[in-house]
Amino acid sequence: MTKESISAKGDLRLTRLTKSYGDFTAVDDLSLIIPEGSFFALLGPSGCGKTTTLRMIAGLEEPTVGSIHLGSIDITTTKPYQRPINTVFQNYALFPHLTIFENIAFGLRRRGIKDVDSAVTKVLDLVELPHLAQRKPTQLSGGQQQRIALARAIVNRPALLLLDEPLGALDLKLRRQMQIELKWIQKEVGLTFVHVTHDQEEAMTMADTIAVMNEGQIEQMGSPADLYDNPKTAFVANFLGQSNLIKGTISDNDGDSHIVDLFGQKISLQKNRSHANDQFIYAGIRPEKFRISRLGTPTSGNILTGGHIEDVSYIGVSTQYQVEMPWGQELMVFEQNDDGVAPFSKGEAVNISWEPIFTFGLRGDEDATAGSEVNPEELDEE
Amino acid sequence: MSNKIKDATIPQIPLGARVSRWIGRNLIRIYAVFAFTYLFIPVAYTFAFSFNDSGKSNLIWKGFTWGNWQNPCGAPEVCTALANSIKIGFLATTFSTILGTMIAFALGRYSFKGRSTSNLLIFLPMATPEIVLGASLLSLFLVFKINPGFWPTVIAHVMFCISFVVVTVKARIASLDPRLEQAAMDLYANERETFRRVTLPLVAPGIAAAALLAFSLSFDDFIITNFNSGTVNTFPKFIYTSAARGIPAQANVIGSAMFFLALAIVITGQIVGRKRKVSA
Amino acid sequence: MRKIRTPYLLLLPGFGFLFTFFILPIINLAQTSTQTPVGGGDTGQYEQTLRFSNYVDAFLENKEQFGRSFVYAIIATILALAIAYPLAYAIAFKGGKLKNFMLVLVVAPFFTSFLLRTVAWKQILGEEGFVVPTLRNLGIISESTTLTSTSFAVVMGMTYNFLPFMTLPLYASIDRIDPRTLEASGDLYANGFTTFRKVTLPLSMPGVVAGTLLTFIPAAGDYVNAAILGSPNTKMIGNVIESRYFKIVDYPTAAALSFTLMAVILILVTVYVRKAGTEELV
Repeated sequence: MTKESISAKGDLRLTRLTKSYGDFTAVDDLSLIIPEGSFFALLGPSGCGKTTTLRMIAGLEEPTVGSIHLGSIDITTTKPYQRPINTVFQNYALFPHLTIFENIAFGLRRRGIKDVDSAVTKVLDLVELPHLAQRKPTQLSGGQQQRIALARAIVNRPALLLLDEPLGALDLKLRRQMQIELKWIQKEVGLTFVHVTHDQEEAMTMADTIAVMNEGQIEQMGSPADLYDNPKTAFVANFLGQSNLIKGTISDNDGDSHIVDLFGQKISLQKNRSHANDQFIYAGIRPEKFRISRLGTPTSGNILTGGHIEDVSYIGVSTQYQVEMPWGQELMVFEQNDDGVAPFSKGEAVNISWEPIFTFGLRGDEDATAGSEVNPEELDEE
Repeated sequence: MSNKIKDATIPQIPLGARVSRWIGRNLIRIYAVFAFTYLFIPVAYTFAFSFNDSGKSNLIWKGFTWGNWQNPCGAPEVCTALANSIKIGFLATTFSTILGTMIAFALGRYSFKGRSTSNLLIFLPMATPEIVLGASLLSLFLVFKINPGFWPTVIAHVMFCISFVVVTVKARIASLDPRLEQAAMDLYANERETFRRVTLPLVAPGIAAAALLAFSLSFDDFIITNFNSGTVNTFPKFIYTSAARGIPAQANVIGSAMFFLALAIVITGQIVGRKRKVSA
Repeated sequence: MRKIRTPYLLLLPGFGFLFTFFILPIINLAQTSTQTPVGGGDTGQYEQTLRFSNYVDAFLENKEQFGRSFVYAIIATILALAIAYPLAYAIAFKGGKLKNFMLVLVVAPFFTSFLLRTVAWKQILGEEGFVVPTLRNLGIISESTTLTSTSFAVVMGMTYNFLPFMTLPLYASIDRIDPRTLEASGDLYANGFTTFRKVTLPLSMPGVVAGTLLTFIPAAGDYVNAAILGSPNTKMIGNVIESRYFKIVDYPTAAALSFTLMAVILILVTVYVRKAGTEELV
């Protein structure tokens, strides 16, 4: 079993994976396929189970129930050192008593490879730190340690590389730079990366596929664009970027679109972008899709009337508005400051419009505040 | 609009106030100097009198000589006692460090039934007065008709050193980041290799410190040794018995030498430790 | 992933040793304490008679020494605390880069043999030393007072010898205090003394408790300081126990005294820890 498992390769398949500690369930009946060669992100807030899932893949935790397959080989009960999987730990976990060179060579040596020089040199070049080979980890900066941790894992050409929030401790500029570099390295070396993070911008920048996790389960999985444009649950809609969710009922149908009644006003929603299972529905629109116009100005698409500007925040690139609608809800609008038009001011009466195709529909029984950090009392629900 | 403040004269704080402020801020530093001086008085005295041209009784200053340092074994029994102390020290250190480290790993790494009782048991010898430890062990030896002497002393020293070794090594184990061992296993090291290549090297400084502590406790021990050594002389025993008629200056020499040696070891350890932490 | 047997195997040698050479001796001491001399037998021959009145006799005969031991130990502990606290504070807050070096300086004197240090004090405080003649010349003490062979010298010796046991735990505790909490206290209108009383002292209590215990427990059973720096009038219970083993052979009394000593220490410590522990809770 050992010899086989160490040379496993292929897609990673998690089947009905569950991890419980007493009566607390960290990972709840999770099933997932991670295609070979992809850059996969597990995204979710702290405590959602993403790190636990990662550790089960690495072999550092044992699942309570369920199985893990790499290609055709079942690796569920194999030890970490029997899996062709390497981890980049959150705090890097570099061995303080070994030089950088020996840190990187560690995995190679344990696998019995005698000539480690060329492999270590190559990977040090890849992360652009060849001059640090003889230093000790405590002598390196955070960013350097992070790259060495990456090098130490990559040098083993694992079937799967796991990254546990590796960029968390870096400052913003460095983080952005590393995001691009990691993406490049993944394409260059051709490994499968599984990246765990709570930073949705990071996940969207780097990953081909994102799985959004919440309370031990996957809410939705897909490409960044899919998840952003067409979220299936309120959690995904609110956790990834921001959303306006307006409560309504499906009152009519117009070919391949629903007509949705929002507090007396009618808008259209494409049927294939609706996830409601009865007539109760939340109509969702991203704030940057809204257009604000003064009363009397011509508008097209879906229109909501009767709004008043409640708040204006100028951010340089854009201006953010809070528009209070007749039914008491405040909608968020982001307008690009790209045409020099004087921004709208507080108290002005305005209409809101948008292209109908941007509307998405969520089930009416969802918790509209899931995934957002907004105080539930601020979202006026009738 | 000129800034009128610039043109005004700079207000001076009166000298008296400045002095009292300085004293207030530095009072505790001044105290520390006095405290350290107090700590070193007997050491300085011992060192000074090691140069005394004293003959047999080192009570009054008679004159300066290098003779004692040149001939540290000149007084009878001094070097025999010293040799015994060193021998006992090494034996006690070796055994207590091995036994204590094993216990430390068991208590620090595993959770098992009886762990808290074990922790308590380790704590007991440290909380028992030395006189009780020494006397009870002597009683046991007498029951089994074993005479006090060299090996009973070694046994006694191992007994009271184990607890200190356990506490020291356990503290070091506790500060070990468990993710380092996880990283090792993630990088294809099995349990045995992980222990050998990651755990042990990182715990080693703690084991070294424990060994050093055990040796100094053993070397300096008097009460427990007194009960269990019979006719075997150790350095502390020698001093106790010569106290009445005056300790030979050679004992001062040895004491001072031990002081400088230990100081050198500790300071070297500090410097080496600091070099390791130099950051880029 | 770990075998259940491993911890027990690791514990076995060490605990086996401790059981044989610590637990067993104590049990043996207990059974010695209730023995009586064999009538008409040689010195050192005893028979088990379960004579619990040994304890009463031993205590009554030596209650003076018991009392003295605890008084000396308490005074020495308090003095050590008074000396060590400001020192530990100075190192923790004013030490800066020299912190570790200063800690070495605290421990360094104890690299010379403890007996050498104690004998050195005897000679420094004796007739031939420099302290007594100087004090006499200054008129602080009279011609006839001596400093050695006094309880003053014994307590002084004990205080000195146990200083590192008091300083190190205190330092460890004080060093943990975030200096910004002291700044916050000042910001909230507390002067220096009040800050010490209400913030520093409570936060350093774990160190105070640890230090006082590590000082008091060995001090109560000590006899070396009393032997070297004292006189027959300053005998502590440790001296009595020692003499009952080596001078006047009376093992049952010695054993009874040992257990009584342990019991009293245990009671005092438990009461102390309970009381100090509840005060810690803010």
